[in-house]
Amino acid sequence: MSSRRDPTVSAAPAVYDSARRGPPWLEEAVHLWAYRGLVHELVIRDIKVRYKRSILGIVWTMLAPLLNMVALTLVFSTILKTAIQNYPVYFMAGSIFWTFFSQTTSSAASQTQASNELAKRMFLPRSVFVASAVGGGLVNLALSLIPLVLIVLLSGFALHATWAFLPISILITTLFTTGVALLLFTLASRFADIREMYLVIVQTWFFLTPIVYHPSIVPFRYRLALWLNPMYYLVQVFRKPIYEGVIPSAPLVLGSLAMSAAVLVTGWLFFCRRKDQMAYWS
Amino acid sequence: MSVAIHLEGVVLRYRVPRERIFSMKEYAIRRLQRRVVYDDFVALRDIDLEVGTGERVGVIGRNGAGKSTLFRLIARVLPPSEGRVVVMGRTAPILELGLGFHGELTARENVMIQGTLLGFSRAETRRRLERIVEWAELEDFIDAPIRTYSTGMAARLAFAVATDVDPDILLVDETLSVGDEKFQRKCKERMKALQGHGKTVMLVSHSTEQIRDTCERALWLHHGRIVRDGSAAEVTAAYHQWSMGETDTV
Repeated sequence: MSSRRDPTVSAAPAVYDSARRGPPWLEEAVHLWAYRGLVHELVIRDIKVRYKRSILGIVWTMLAPLLNMVALTLVFSTILKTAIQNYPVYFMAGSIFWTFFSQTTSSAASQTQASNELAKRMFLPRSVFVASAVGGGLVNLALSLIPLVLIVLLSGFALHATWAFLPISILITTLFTTGVALLLFTLASRFADIREMYLVIVQTWFFLTPIVYHPSIVPFRYRLALWLNPMYYLVQVFRKPIYEGVIPSAPLVLGSLAMSAAVLVTGWLFFCRRKDQMAYWS
Repeated sequence: MSVAIHLEGVVLRYRVPRERIFSMKEYAIRRLQRRVVYDDFVALRDIDLEVGTGERVGVIGRNGAGKSTLFRLIARVLPPSEGRVVVMGRTAPILELGLGFHGELTARENVMIQGTLLGFSRAETRRRLERIVEWAELEDFIDAPIRTYSTGMAARLAFAVATDVDPDILLVDETLSVGDEKFQRKCKERMKALQGHGKTVMLVSHSTEQIRDTCERALWLHHGRIVRDGSAAEVTAAYHQWSMGETDTV
């Protein structure tokens, strides 16, 4: 086998000096890049494992938001008589956005055990597990846009040209989601109850964010809670191009971008400062 | 002779809370009451070690002497609490077989994950896939889920993936014996081949015989210290004598 030696094949670092490691945030970034092939494989694995032995397979990803939409639409338009026009489109756009955020972050929090199993025994940058959770979330998000397009067309709603803005909305949301995922992963590595605690928080957070309802129905004295909620801005950046057919205003976009970038940087630094200790926590 | 592994004044201390706290709630309460008390458990102390390129070093010692911890330091899984660890060259963990295998996935899919876990690119792993499966004699089952494999078949695949690497430093934990007798011989040959060509090898084993067979040098770890470092014959003899209870002092 030695004859096949090729120094570029393995990304594992060739020289290691514990006394000269450089800043953790940079070290982890370099390692994560080197292990991008693993991130790719983990995303594929998670998708395959989820749908192995199921008849409908990947269709489930598209069916779930559809069924959800039908139920919520029935409740809101027939029972609660919402004033929102084209409620199915309004709700589905917000719901897809929220599912991406909540699924990705809670999946990152539940990767800690698998990550410990492996990283205890071999050199592995643990951020690959957060990255693969984000990657998996993005794949699901892309898939669930298909039923949304379907609903938009079927309900006679316009497929606005502003859909072209969506990649930027998704990018901003991804920055924010990754930051939160890193924070959660770090905490969940240390404390076993973080994941369950988070599931409760994320459920409450969902109802505090205008996804099933319109922000205008929030009474004025509760508006502060709305304004302090980062998801309030992010959901608008995502939903406006789909539902209103407008590109979100520059202050909204730039403000959301700055906030999301700040959350990502915070999450990354928080994670990297503790990454060495994680081996002791497991 | 160039140096492959260099450890200098290395201490590895596990900081263990006196009572294990698993929940955040409990932690917060205790933190407020200033009741989080840690004990230091020293797994390795004052380790100075130099292993030259191409040297084959056996490591012996009782359970809990720090053998696996030493390997984890060298494989850079754990950073040292004090001191310095320098490793020149890539290490490959041939530690535990089948780690990270997923039963629902096929051999092909599992090999892709294993290869990238070891730090290879996807293209490189795809290139090596055929060779791995062929060596494991599983060509006919490459697209069957691992859960349908017998234990022996899974072990063969795991061994083939783990050893189809070309690291500079091999860290081998315990003996690898998988499959039937014919396959075991094949495994042994492969380990020999891996250890040839001037590779640095560190081998942890309970079998002093195996260490004398493969290594020219041996270390004896006892309570986190290197108590003997010398020729394999000498150190294993001393260890053997000690474990038979013929000498009291280490």
